[in-house]
Amino acid sequence: MSNSYIFASIAAMALTTYFVRMLPMAIFRKKIENRWIKSFLYYVPYVVLSAMTFPAIFTSTGSVLGASLGCAVAIMLAYFNKGLLTVAIGAAGMAFIVQFAGM
Amino acid sequence: MKIKDIKDGIKDGLPIALGYFSVSVAFGVSAVGANVPWWGATLISLTNLTSAGQKAGVDVMAVGGSILLIILTTLIINMRYFLMGVSMSQKVEEKMPIWQRLLVAFGITDEIYAVSMGRKNDLTGAYMAGLIIPPIFGWTGGTLLGSVATNFMPEILAEAMGIALYGMFIAVIVPPSKQSKKVFAAVILAICLSVIFTYLPYLNRLETGWAVIIITIVVSSIAATVFPIKEEADNE
Repeated sequence: MSNSYIFASIAAMALTTYFVRMLPMAIFRKKIENRWIKSFLYYVPYVVLSAMTFPAIFTSTGSVLGASLGCAVAIMLAYFNKGLLTVAIGAAGMAFIVQFAGM
Repeated sequence: MKIKDIKDGIKDGLPIALGYFSVSVAFGVSAVGANVPWWGATLISLTNLTSAGQKAGVDVMAVGGSILLIILTTLIINMRYFLMGVSMSQKVEEKMPIWQRLLVAFGITDEIYAVSMGRKNDLTGAYMAGLIIPPIFGWTGGTLLGSVATNFMPEILAEAMGIALYGMFIAVIVPPSKQSKKVFAAVILAICLSVIFTYLPYLNRLETGWAVIIITIVVSSIAATVFPIKEEADNE
């Protein structure tokens, strides 16, 4: 990976991300009234995170079994409304235990 | 009341900073695993301050994807900030000058947004500074530690950390899926399509970034058409 590619990529990510955040803050003083657009934007975070997480999570560690059990732990903790930190550590902890046990 | 506002902001921002710190360690580890150098990973966190978008961007970088793909991936994944930005623009005090609005915009993340909306008063620049600055340090510092420490970290631990960011995403997906059947349906549809895009011959040749973009547009459009949100769900 060349340094110029890295810098160009980071600049592209940073400027795009800031642009998305900045635009409504600078322009919108009134709420969007279009119900379809509001609905679309409402679903985006859940859809995008689901698509990114599954099935990639199962191959995110050194062991498919460890990752699967880690995923199960994460879903369980999240179901009981545990915070981001607890869920993330719970998943990694379970994955680590399974890998440590050599499974 | 500026001092009190800053203190209030820091008090609310510190827990976010601590959470970010530990999760961004995982981002640092995974970025180095994707062959991004430690300084690149740290610079990404300092300038982007977002988890999912950075992870997706690094995924594209890892396979040497085009800058256009990086822009589109980042754009689609961070599109939710647009909606948050709209409601944030209503919640900051009316007299807030434009330069402060532009600075606050940089700090719109899922967690900072959630805390901001939970505050009773209109948001002042002083409060937002206190709320946003600690998470920036937490997020960047954790990334630095994670990306530098991979060399010293036992391989098994570094590997197990790979799941931590996904764990954080699950923490965002599950609670609303439990409360709303509509969100749950959208989540299940997204997962099914994602599995299809990953394993089905021909489709699985598509780069991951494009698959995520297509799935997001298709599923969110279907959900918005079939299950339009009620008007009071504005601020979620």
